[in-house]
Amino acid sequence: METNEKENWNRRLSAGVQAIPPSGIRKFFDIAAQMEDVISLGVGEPDFVTPWPIREACVYGLEQGYTSYTANRGLIELRQEIANLYHNQYQVDYDPAAEILTTVGVSEAMDLAMRALLKPGDEVLIPEPCYVSYAACTTLAGGVPVPVPAKLENEFRIQPEELEEKLTPKTKILLIGYPNNPTGAIMTRDDLLGIADFAEKHDLIVISDEIYGALTYGGEKHVCFSSLPGMKDRTILLNGFSKAYAMTGWRIGYALGNPTFIAAMNKIHQYTMLCAPVTAQLGAIEALRHCEKPMKKMVREYDRRRRLIYDGLTKMGLPCFEPKGAFYIFPDITPTGYTSDEFANALLKTEHVAVIPGNAFGACGEGHVRCSYATSIDKISEALTRIEHFLTHHKKK
Amino acid sequence: MRELLELLEHDARRPVSELAPILGKSEYEVEQDIQKLEKDKVILSYNTLIDWEKLGDEKVTAMIEINLTPQREVGFDAIAERIYRFDEVRTVYLMSGSFDLMAIIEGKSLKDIANFVATRLSTIEGVTATRSHFMLKPYKKDGTIINDEEKDRRLVVSP
Repeated sequence: METNEKENWNRRLSAGVQAIPPSGIRKFFDIAAQMEDVISLGVGEPDFVTPWPIREACVYGLEQGYTSYTANRGLIELRQEIANLYHNQYQVDYDPAAEILTTVGVSEAMDLAMRALLKPGDEVLIPEPCYVSYAACTTLAGGVPVPVPAKLENEFRIQPEELEEKLTPKTKILLIGYPNNPTGAIMTRDDLLGIADFAEKHDLIVISDEIYGALTYGGEKHVCFSSLPGMKDRTILLNGFSKAYAMTGWRIGYALGNPTFIAAMNKIHQYTMLCAPVTAQLGAIEALRHCEKPMKKMVREYDRRRRLIYDGLTKMGLPCFEPKGAFYIFPDITPTGYTSDEFANALLKTEHVAVIPGNAFGACGEGHVRCSYATSIDKISEALTRIEHFLTHHKKK
Repeated sequence: MRELLELLEHDARRPVSELAPILGKSEYEVEQDIQKLEKDKVILSYNTLIDWEKLGDEKVTAMIEINLTPQREVGFDAIAERIYRFDEVRTVYLMSGSFDLMAIIEGKSLKDIANFVATRLSTIEGVTATRSHFMLKPYKKDGTIINDEEKDRRLVVSP
């Protein structure tokens, strides 16, 4: 009786919700959360707390009585600071009044972009492995996600030919996310010029998720997609404060694009979200005005950890692409004979180290696991020791 | 070199086996670098920040402002040396403003420090005045917050 009733309720869920799987990333959450001495390399956010000046500015704002709604698009001061950032850093100009929308994290901006642009059946090219929400957001908006596997031998940089193969008359959007979660790949200017040609040739809209743009290493500078010749108008650029300024819990991000796209996204935003939290907006203003130094300090620290974990994993025989951005490394675990799920499970149960199976980021992530190095050097060292112990003592039979 | 120093400044006990991959050098090279920095006195010493109160030790720290009469040729340096040679004196700075030297002094008790200031410090020739400020509670020392309540509040797994 009970089972039947439950089935009935399930049937009443929307088709969109039924079509998306639960996020594979949380599979080990329950087991890992029970363990006392677990070292988690499974966390997709900075281990740093938000720099103090940002927290302080937010508290001051509350004391001053900043507690009401803001303009739908966000405080004009914040939009002006965002425009300044893109002008100074990437030489691309956005009009704070018409081309910038402040959102509740990049997640909201992604959802808005998809809902504003897609009609049922429209296809979205999504290079994989990639962030877990890309395909889900596409499906929920009625679109069809079309995964395009990026290859390890190309350092996980997507090639125009690979995109071309998956192109159909229904293709409307190309969604790219570099620096990449989970691979740590970046795209050079030349790589992106090839993608820009492809987008131009087939008249595609490009959504570029550049949330990890501030986190690149080894002298590699992030190239902003909309700064490429002719790309500004056809690009919706998404960014935020979560990763660069360690502000994940604040939920604050933004979308940059042409006035028509931004107005369309704002239309949904004003009915569903109204505005991003005002305190988070105040924190974001402080971040852009005064916190470049603490941000750069965090980037230097990630870089040190990156070199340590890359060296450690490589030496123990797990082939890795040396990550160039974000704070993830994506070792190939096929030499162990385990699948991604088996590896992550066994490692957690025997050595209490949490990693995320690569297939959570798309089918082509199978054979890899994602390790986040947004954790202290001491913990990374200990995790490396445990992983090495695991590889020698728990060989697959 | 700067990167190595930053790492050691934060944690002097970091093993060379860990420093080497971070710096992209061999362990031998890192050892050589450290030896050179020690020899050149870029690295002066390796100290440990200890919360002695946790052992129940009573300790009193005072900051002493000192006014001096500068001396020909050597200025304040000679008197500063006469002061910093005492073991009780932990730190000495030459200052701008209304006094000349700032000395940080540690002792077992208030009386201990008062005694040191009265009999040793203020009797030095050239010292014209002293003002003692006793420290009540340390919050942060050399970049380290003493009782840092901030901890990792992240979920164990997140996208």
